Amino acid sequence: MPHKPRKRLLKLASLLFLLAVALTSCQTEKREATEETVTIVFKHGKLAGGPEALRAILARFEAENPDIKVKDEVLPASTDEQHQFYVINLEAGSPEFDVLSMDVIWVEEFARAGWLRPLDGIFPPEEREDFFAGPISAVTYQGSVYAIPWYIDAGLLYYRKDLLEKYSMPVPRTWQELVSTAKLIMEKEKDIYGFIWQGKQYEGLVCNVMEYMWSRGGGLIDEDGRFNALKKENIEALQFIYDLIHTYRVSPPLVTTAMEETTRHIFGSGRAIFMRNWPYAWKIFEREGSAVKGKVGVTVLPAFEGYNSAATLGGWQLGVNRYSPHPEAAERLVRYLTSYEVQKEMSIKMGYRPPRRSLYEDEELRRAQPFIVELYPIFERARPRPETPYYMMITQVLQPEFSAAITGLKSPEEALRSIQRQVEYILKLEER
Amino acid sequence: MKDRQEGYRFLLPAAVVLLFVTVYPLFYVFWLSLHRRHLIFDISRFSGLENYAFLLQDERFLRALWNTVYFTVLSVGLELVLGMVVALSLQRAFSGRGIVRALVLLPWALPTVVSARMWEWMYNTDFGIINYLLGVDVNWLGSPFWALNAAVLMDVWKTTPFVALILMAGLQVIPRELYRSAMVDGAGSLYIFWRITLPLLKPVILVVLLFRTIDAFRVFDAIYVLTGGGPANTTETLSIYAYKVLFQTLQFGYGSTIAMVVFLCVGFISVFYVRLLSR
Repeated sequence: MPHKPRKRLLKLASLLFLLAVALTSCQTEKREATEETVTIVFKHGKLAGGPEALRAILARFEAENPDIKVKDEVLPASTDEQHQFYVINLEAGSPEFDVLSMDVIWVEEFARAGWLRPLDGIFPPEEREDFFAGPISAVTYQGSVYAIPWYIDAGLLYYRKDLLEKYSMPVPRTWQELVSTAKLIMEKEKDIYGFIWQGKQYEGLVCNVMEYMWSRGGGLIDEDGRFNALKKENIEALQFIYDLIHTYRVSPPLVTTAMEETTRHIFGSGRAIFMRNWPYAWKIFEREGSAVKGKVGVTVLPAFEGYNSAATLGGWQLGVNRYSPHPEAAERLVRYLTSYEVQKEMSIKMGYRPPRRSLYEDEELRRAQPFIVELYPIFERARPRPETPYYMMITQVLQPEFSAAITGLKSPEEALRSIQRQVEYILKLEER
Repeated sequence: MKDRQEGYRFLLPAAVVLLFVTVYPLFYVFWLSLHRRHLIFDISRFSGLENYAFLLQDERFLRALWNTVYFTVLSVGLELVLGMVVALSLQRAFSGRGIVRALVLLPWALPTVVSARMWEWMYNTDFGIINYLLGVDVNWLGSPFWALNAAVLMDVWKTTPFVALILMAGLQVIPRELYRSAMVDGAGSLYIFWRITLPLLKPVILVVLLFRTIDAFRVFDAIYVLTGGGPANTTETLSIYAYKVLFQTLQFGYGSTIAMVVFLCVGFISVFYVRLLSR
């Protein structure tokens, strides 16, 4: 009797062993079969519409290119972490991934570091003309292109159509109009914020502040390419942002800790009249069950009296790792993902804004995504943040100084003077 | 004499390992701190003490140094007082003492990142529980005045259990007879605390202070998750500043300079406490 279980165990063990042998031999067989096909790895952040939508697009690529398999790997959601991942791996010359997606502000840095394969061969100048000027200039470094724009973003003004109609106020065209309209409605409606935006100390704050500076005729880089923060226009723009919170009181103090989602939640629950945000929020507001469904309008951001409105350019680009063992296959994937057809599909099915101008005249897209088509003039004028390989260093100076200026810890002039001094110290790196 | 030599030979492996994992990196960081260096752009030139000179006119560094000192002194001080109260009250016998002791340890057992995220929500102006309970409308993490104090509060909540645990261990060691004879002599409980508990607990208190001061001085994850150093760097500590310069902006030279300062400060703190301990 006591022998029986042991025997059974032995049987089970030998069965498992056989199974293992069978499986390994299976695997070697498979490896032999894939000798001619290559597997390329595609790194990107999380996409809207879930992994299935992208998987379907990649499956079509694999069907068209039977010799290439694509493995897509999702990076952490925070863009800072994605940047860090790329920097650490590329600095070490990692061949572990072939195609990478990059924020507009990284391409120059990565290109300068020599981590990206130049794509002039697959992205000729004739084709670049179809793309918006902003993203093209963001992917160009010293005359060569190092990535192809995948989708585009820009800052917008969201407003409550119903409230403006109720008090028969026009959509504000200048910042001053926005303040007076917000004040008027705040007096009559209860428990509503006037104007919310992203003021936490992070990259989003820089995007917000640049829009005020540009729409006042200012900016950080002069015509001759020199970094020049300390000027009258910038001081006035920063002062105005401070006044929004502390003098006009149309922006609640909570904006100084707010990021995109914080403001989107508040506006989405009907507790704000105006909001600055990116295009992604629109789809969420128009969903079934949204408290503001059908009550939201979108327009260009206001400007200061006598100046032009400006929006900060955002969006993602695809490039090829310089250390990729399969550069041709990787280039083919980049071509495919940034093609007219795929950008059209991503726009119709997933709501991404295509960087190709011609798509905005596509009948099918116009019918499916009238909202995206309306954004055309905004994208046409969207402006990139200072284009320099040192941007990631410079923004580390801008973020706390802007934060100090809008919370009143420093006067706008003090903050800008401090920015000028610190950035000059950073740019001294270039001198050998 | 021969024994001695043999003893040194046995120490050699440990010394070699230490040399590699601590002394070498330390000197490398010091060497880096004497350069203007940006590894990824292949920029590197020797600049002597230029980085150290820039420290003195770098407002952001001075601010971070002040924040770190403020955070350390306030949080360690509060933790010691509260930890002592907790340790003394858990010393007494009462029913359910075991459960209470376990519960007290809970904040210490949670990963810092998790508790920081939790506190971030509790501090939220709009739907945070703290504003709800206090019936106020304070922008805790957004106000330059409150943000650092909010971080201190979180750290106190998190590490008081650790302090209490070590102090409890110290209390166990004090001989019961001393208390009994003091009571026989008619000493009050406050007098007993000052004359018996505190002096006998002194070595343990110093060890706690040593651990906690060094830890608090290098604080990173709690504040990084809570505020990211904002608003306007009012909560940025030296470690956060060093991290941003090193890993987000990749200025290896200047980043190493800041790291050296952290190292020197922690070194001084350790020497100070160890001196007190060996007295």
